Amino acid sequence: MGGAVTIWSDVGSWGGLQRSAHRIEPLSDRTRLSLRAGAASPGLAYGNGRSYGDVCLNPGGLLWKTRNLDRFISFDPATGQLECEAGVLLDEIIAMVLPQGWFLPVTPGTRFVTVGGAIANDVHGKNHHHAGSFGEHVLALSLLRSDGQRLECNGTQQADLLRASIGGLGLTGVIVSAKLQLRRVGGPWLDTETTVFDGLDAFFALSGAAEQGCEYNVAWIDCLHGSRGVFFRANHGAGGGTAPPQRQRDLRFTPPLSLINTASLRLFNAAYFRCHAARQGASRQAWAPFFYPLDGILHWNRIYGPQGFYQYQCVIPRAAERSATPELLAAISASGMGSFLAVLKTFGTREPAGLLSFPMAGTTLALDFPHQGERTLALFERLDAIVVAAGGRLYPAKDARMSRAMFESGQPRLAEFLPYRDPGMSSAMSRRLLGS
Amino acid sequence: MKDPMHPTPLRVLIIGATSAIAGAVARRYAARGARLALLGRREDALQANAADLRVRGAAEVAIDVLDLLDTERHAEVLERAWDRWGGIDVLLLAHGVLPEQHAAELSVGLTLASFDSNARSVLALLTDLATRFERQGCGVIGVISSPAAQRGRASNYVYGAAKAAVSNFCSGLRHRLFSKGVRVLTILPGFVDTPMTAGFAKGPLWATPELVARDIERALDSKNGTLYTPWFWRPIMTLVIHLPQALFLRSKL
Repeated sequence: MGGAVTIWSDVGSWGGLQRSAHRIEPLSDRTRLSLRAGAASPGLAYGNGRSYGDVCLNPGGLLWKTRNLDRFISFDPATGQLECEAGVLLDEIIAMVLPQGWFLPVTPGTRFVTVGGAIANDVHGKNHHHAGSFGEHVLALSLLRSDGQRLECNGTQQADLLRASIGGLGLTGVIVSAKLQLRRVGGPWLDTETTVFDGLDAFFALSGAAEQGCEYNVAWIDCLHGSRGVFFRANHGAGGGTAPPQRQRDLRFTPPLSLINTASLRLFNAAYFRCHAARQGASRQAWAPFFYPLDGILHWNRIYGPQGFYQYQCVIPRAAERSATPELLAAISASGMGSFLAVLKTFGTREPAGLLSFPMAGTTLALDFPHQGERTLALFERLDAIVVAAGGRLYPAKDARMSRAMFESGQPRLAEFLPYRDPGMSSAMSRRLLGS
Repeated sequence: MKDPMHPTPLRVLIIGATSAIAGAVARRYAARGARLALLGRREDALQANAADLRVRGAAEVAIDVLDLLDTERHAEVLERAWDRWGGIDVLLLAHGVLPEQHAAELSVGLTLASFDSNARSVLALLTDLATRFERQGCGVIGVISSPAAQRGRASNYVYGAAKAAVSNFCSGLRHRLFSKGVRVLTILPGFVDTPMTAGFAKGPLWATPELVARDIERALDSKNGTLYTPWFWRPIMTLVIHLPQALFLRSKL
């Protein structure tokens, strides 16, 4: 029955900036898929809607919802190779493989994303210096093109199309299934160490040291208070057993106004910093609260009110990180805007998995900003100027507003990517950044 | 993954196994390490589900291909499914087709086709299987009917009437098999977001197949009688059933 029924529905993304009518076709049966689309009326795959901006939207047009493509195809507990349909959530993978001693090789900050979305956005995690991005662990994928072709892509066959589809923003076809290489773990626990720091020099020193011995590292910074912060590093721990399930709360309704403003932010940041300063040192944490603290609050995005929010995530190349990062923080601090979620981490030197992959060796900074109209956009213009001057780029999975010029300047391999586009695929983002 | 209640893996037969609700129930049994036999019309779709259930922990998954309208072939296929593991502990009948009500009102053919797929095939399957369960002297039969069976309403009485036949049949079967140690569960799911209902606008009364499947699995474990899922359909349908005729006829239900 999949694909036979067409309905109209309002669809948005995680940032909540816009909801618009889309024609929806659910895909549910991989054995009989057809995409009724072409250059004149293009469509786009939509997974779990966890990207922040417009990469997953095609307003007024067609969306193929992939969440019903949620079957596992095979799993070999000896090698850790998993093949599954593209609508499977990372959450479902963890639930199935962790009791058998395996885990995702790379995970973003939420487990409620689909495998297809993780590949199309080439997501990264806290272990980039160690394992690269998600796309590095994709052994193969099956891609459905709007002309009806089903292409099997792997390291030897259609390898170029595989590289284009990893981080390809859903524009090379609909990912139907993928084969992933998982990584071994001893159990559900992580040995973590928490350290508070003051100043970016201290951050870079901590980060440089941690990259040697720790698989995961990430820092929270207080964007309103100079650059004090909390540095977290961790390794998978030995010892099996099962971890207690993560407590899940739900923000059931959207408050009429953003609950994040300068006053609440100052209070939150001070409390968060003190809380961690008091609990410095080593501890053992379960996988869910360590990797996915925000997944403990379903619909946390509603805290920003009906106007929604932007996430600004940039990467600054290594050569400029020590000069440009303080500039970014100073500009944000001067604006008085910012968020409780302010994340700083370093990326290692790895060959990018995809032609348009976001990570590059350097430092990445991510912050949420409630949408306050012109004021917010003016701040982004100032931040953009710093990022472009430093030779950095923005993360498309989070973006809703960067200029075409900025995208082009940050993506040196864009010209190589374009021939792999499927003319039957288009998104609000592709029309904004690629012109079609 | 062993099921503590069943030292040997549970034997589960699911008919209409590619439906969304059946698929979600099958996953729950797979996670318990059960043996699953999937019966349906399309071999490739059954194979895809079978692979998924094996990965999710099923001890064994077998498929049986059968066009359920072809009642002549029922006995042969059911015999094979029954004998594979020497009996069945849990049977779930989940197939169904939602006819377009307005089209069916104008078409004898569509109305009878709805009866064939939603009622006639179910009665045929149950007649065969009930006797096997009776002889076995244990097990549970779950049949997906519908709240639409509870009172004929203008918006979907063609579907509702077929399901009413199923509900009534199950009630009698439950009565007959009670003393033989076999339970019969009539399952009445409310609005469930599945490919069958993809064309409907969704509201707060809608449930996911996963939620409904959890209720069904729990009820199959221990209950006998009628299951409304989600639970709030019981008070809603009690109201609908008892609404005085004068009001009912003027309502838009």
